[in-house]
Amino acid sequence: MKAAQPRLRALACSGLAVLLLLALLSGQWWLGDLPGRMQFDARLAPPGLDHWLGTDALGRELWARTLAGLALSFRVGLLAALLGSAIALGLALLTTLSPRLDALVRLLIDTLLSVPHLILLLLIAFALGGGLQAVVIAVATTHWPGLARVLRAELLQLRAAPYIGISRALGKSQGFILLHHFLPHALPHCLVGALLLFPHAILHEAALTFLGVGLSPSQPAIGILLADAMRYLSGGYWWLGVFPGLGLLLMVLGIERIASGLRRAL
Amino acid sequence: MLEACQLCYAFPPQPPLFEDVSLRIEAGEWVGLSGNSGAGKSTLGRLLAGYDEPTAGRIRIEGERFSTKGLRPVQWLPQSPELAVNPRWQVVRVLNEAWEPPEALRRAFGIKSQWLNRPVRTLSGGELQRICVLRALAPGVRYLIADEISTMLDPITQLALWQALKAEAEKRKLGVLVISHDAALLKRLCQRRYHLENARLHAAEHHQLP
Repeated sequence: MKAAQPRLRALACSGLAVLLLLALLSGQWWLGDLPGRMQFDARLAPPGLDHWLGTDALGRELWARTLAGLALSFRVGLLAALLGSAIALGLALLTTLSPRLDALVRLLIDTLLSVPHLILLLLIAFALGGGLQAVVIAVATTHWPGLARVLRAELLQLRAAPYIGISRALGKSQGFILLHHFLPHALPHCLVGALLLFPHAILHEAALTFLGVGLSPSQPAIGILLADAMRYLSGGYWWLGVFPGLGLLLMVLGIERIASGLRRAL
Repeated sequence: MLEACQLCYAFPPQPPLFEDVSLRIEAGEWVGLSGNSGAGKSTLGRLLAGYDEPTAGRIRIEGERFSTKGLRPVQWLPQSPELAVNPRWQVVRVLNEAWEPPEALRRAFGIKSQWLNRPVRTLSGGELQRICVLRALAPGVRYLIADEISTMLDPITQLALWQALKAEAEKRKLGVLVISHDAALLKRLCQRRYHLENARLHAAEHHQLP
């Protein structure tokens, strides 16, 4: 029973994650235009019964904007994590093919890791002109090296395993060994890596948007809400910053917990 | 005929593990190789099977180099079967990696059909070793390097394994190099025996099977 517990916990966490995902994805449908609807008689209203989390300077409901922002962040995180881990997995598998390719990939990893990634992130997002696509590409292309390094080390160790050499001696092709020996070994690591990449991606999306090279100001992204809150913070309108920030923190922590649960289970 | 001429092998900063080793295995012949731990028996076996390149010397089959692409005519059987199989696979997948052994042969090697759909890790070392030996007997294989394959087995399993392998090798005229510390085993199995010592290969006395 004890051995099954981490798996059980991971299963519960994954179930919770699916629920969260559904809630966030369906949010766009049941929130409607509420995140953008302005109420000029209730500008900067504090949290209360009428306005649960308060309103912003244009009288928009903060709870609706926070939820919509989280859904947007979730989408960015998901896409960036998928893209980033796909790059990492692909390059890690390439390293098993020849020592020369391995050296090339290692060089690429070291180069990218030696540049502060926030600067690279800003540069790429800026060069691509901002927007959802630019943020996803920027986060994915700067965040694969860490995961690729882990996957490469795993596969390097596997490459020395006798059964790989035996498979080759039994006449199996490179492609067969890649697909049937290396890939199934790397996939669980890759899944956990992708989940760990996820909160990073969300935080960086928020950071990019906050700094003005991310999503457009018309979208209720968490970064936009936080940047907006900065302008009113000195006026004592604390709810503008606290609730979106808290929402982001909860989501990031939740996903982090799921990832660490899954890592223990696998 | 599997032929090794004046093989030399070294792990770079160290002095050569062995030098000037020449060895010949005819089709259908069983040759024994003994030596102390670290003498280079396994390394010699791996060289013969094409897993490593010798520092000097050459290896020929019927006078020709063999390609390391495709099914190799020389197969190496390592001591630990647990490391020789993918731990994520089912037994049947491991067994059929190179060919599908007929049921009669599976029975001769004592492989039960209820093992086939089990994960590899549920089999014992002895059971797994039989799977590994049969896996390596694909059509096209002409020589086997049996590197201490029975060392970790109990006497009855050892006997069964060698009997099954002997019968199949005789039928197909397989040449086998048996690497072992067990002098009695080598004496029983092999027509010719060699001893690897002080970086040289010495012929032990010729001994015919009873």
